[in-house]
Amino acid sequence: MRIIDPHIHMSARTTDDYEAMAAAGVVAVIEPAFWLGQPRTSVGTFQDYYSSLVGFERFRAAQFGIRHYCTIGLNSKEANNESLAQEVIDILPLYLGKEGVVAVGEIGFDDMTSTEEKFFHAQMALAEEFDLPVMIHTPHRNKKEGTSRSMDVCEEHSIPPSRIVIDHNNEETVREVLDRGYWAAFTIYPKTKMGNERMVEVVRKFGSNRIIVDSSADWGVSDPLAVPKTARLMLERGIPESDVHASCYANALAAYGQSGQIREEDWLRPAPIDQRTLFMGNSVLRGQDPRIDPSTTNDLIR
Amino acid sequence: MPIGSAVELLSLWLRERIPSVAWDWFHEKMAAAQAGDGRSLALGFSMASRRVGKEDLRLSEADLKKADAARAGWDPSLWTIDQSARVLLVLSLWKGDVPSFVTPLDRLFAASDVGELVALYQGLPLYPEPSAHRWRAAEGVRTNMKAIFEAVALRNPYPADELDAGCWNQMVLKSLFIGSTLDQIVGLDRRANRELARMLWDYARERRAASRSISPELWRCVGPFLDDLGDDVIVELARRLKSDFLPERQGTALCLAANPHPRAQGLLVEDPLAREAIARGEWTWKGVAEGSSKGTS
Repeated sequence: MRIIDPHIHMSARTTDDYEAMAAAGVVAVIEPAFWLGQPRTSVGTFQDYYSSLVGFERFRAAQFGIRHYCTIGLNSKEANNESLAQEVIDILPLYLGKEGVVAVGEIGFDDMTSTEEKFFHAQMALAEEFDLPVMIHTPHRNKKEGTSRSMDVCEEHSIPPSRIVIDHNNEETVREVLDRGYWAAFTIYPKTKMGNERMVEVVRKFGSNRIIVDSSADWGVSDPLAVPKTARLMLERGIPESDVHASCYANALAAYGQSGQIREEDWLRPAPIDQRTLFMGNSVLRGQDPRIDPSTTNDLIR
Repeated sequence: MPIGSAVELLSLWLRERIPSVAWDWFHEKMAAAQAGDGRSLALGFSMASRRVGKEDLRLSEADLKKADAARAGWDPSLWTIDQSARVLLVLSLWKGDVPSFVTPLDRLFAASDVGELVALYQGLPLYPEPSAHRWRAAEGVRTNMKAIFEAVALRNPYPADELDAGCWNQMVLKSLFIGSTLDQIVGLDRRANRELARMLWDYARERRAASRSISPELWRCVGPFLDDLGDDVIVELARRLKSDFLPERQGTALCLAANPHPRAQGLLVEDPLAREAIARGEWTWKGVAEGSSKGTS
């Protein structure tokens, strides 16, 4: 089964992870611009980070036969340093038009301050200007309220919910997100966000329409195989294969595909230039089937 | 360098290949960029792949001849449409002085993605004031991304024309180091030198000590300077001349044939089949490169 992990911070991961992901069937990843675990102090470090997302990380992923895409944005945690945040907003247009940039993101609320809201609006306006989908990060604390308010902010702009992914949902938020017409993404992240047994039950209850599974694996205790493990767990627990395919591959492709910057052809039939440059060593091109290791109890993420 | 003819060719090739609406979009961005509008430059440059497409140019032999006439050694045979547009956009920034050209160019380099960097480095031989871009070319050689390294090193006449020996030698050695090829380096034989031969032989010994394979292409830049490298290299070549791996046998023989040293010629005398295949032009460095990229040694 082919898998897309539409939210994973590969810059923080090792080549072992890339190898394991490729072996588990991951064909493409989306790396949202985020913070580095501590706040940056100058616009230059943001610029180098964005450059690495469209440069070295893309190359690194391709070495393992995985296509790398990204979203570009100023994250909410770092939006509270107002003068620096404005400088960052000013350089975003240098990156939003790049190849493989599939959305503005991840943006939204952290502490839900007025400064966060100001830059949230500013970046929604950039998404309108660049005709890009949006990836919304919902806050860890005060999540239900934060998720509702995030959608309120979105609805002050012209971008329809069908072009917006609300990420890091849980059982408490999913109903409203789906009812208001957005894509609802779930992060399978040990301890703090969702476990994958809970995810199975969400799909059993809500189906797979507009539901997206991701790992958000980063520099914290997280699992870059969260999506393939969850896909396998769903199958084992009787979720129809079509729902697994939709939630672990096709929905992410449909949502972010609205950017025109991610297409199935990219990994199934790459353009000649990509074959010559970016996609050497690709297992898909060599016609190998992804290897999926036998199921173990390690598939459970709690 | 007649920058005008490169601009004319690129414009012509693009207009022949892209819809007029895409050309109009691009032309408008180019005009605004020329007038100093930095945002139009950034957007025209980065969105080129979406607006004009990234198909191969597929130039005819006649067009490739025109390219070589416009700039000796310029080989756009593997260029794509978006790469051509991006280089054309850069060339349009030339106003007759280096600073007004290099400043926006540096800004483009600083915010480029992989594909854009490939285009910018492929464009090196066309940029005016060639000596002003030596540091940039060396930066490209220092990259960790193979596609970018190859944009500088392969099918590009800029390095042989402009790089000093130290940087040139690094480039050739690194090409082997990262599993690229020497055969598509422009001016490889012209720029062969004693120091490079020594570096390559050291590298070969290092690989040998680690029981790793040695690219048969390595011997190409060693051949003319064999006499400087001591007996060990002759012993090594004598052994490799008997290899079961044909590209290795060919590369070894071609290396020996490039040197009038009696011991080198002596080895070839003992291998008439190899000597005749070289004399008839059947064994070539191009064949060695193609054969070794397919097989394993």
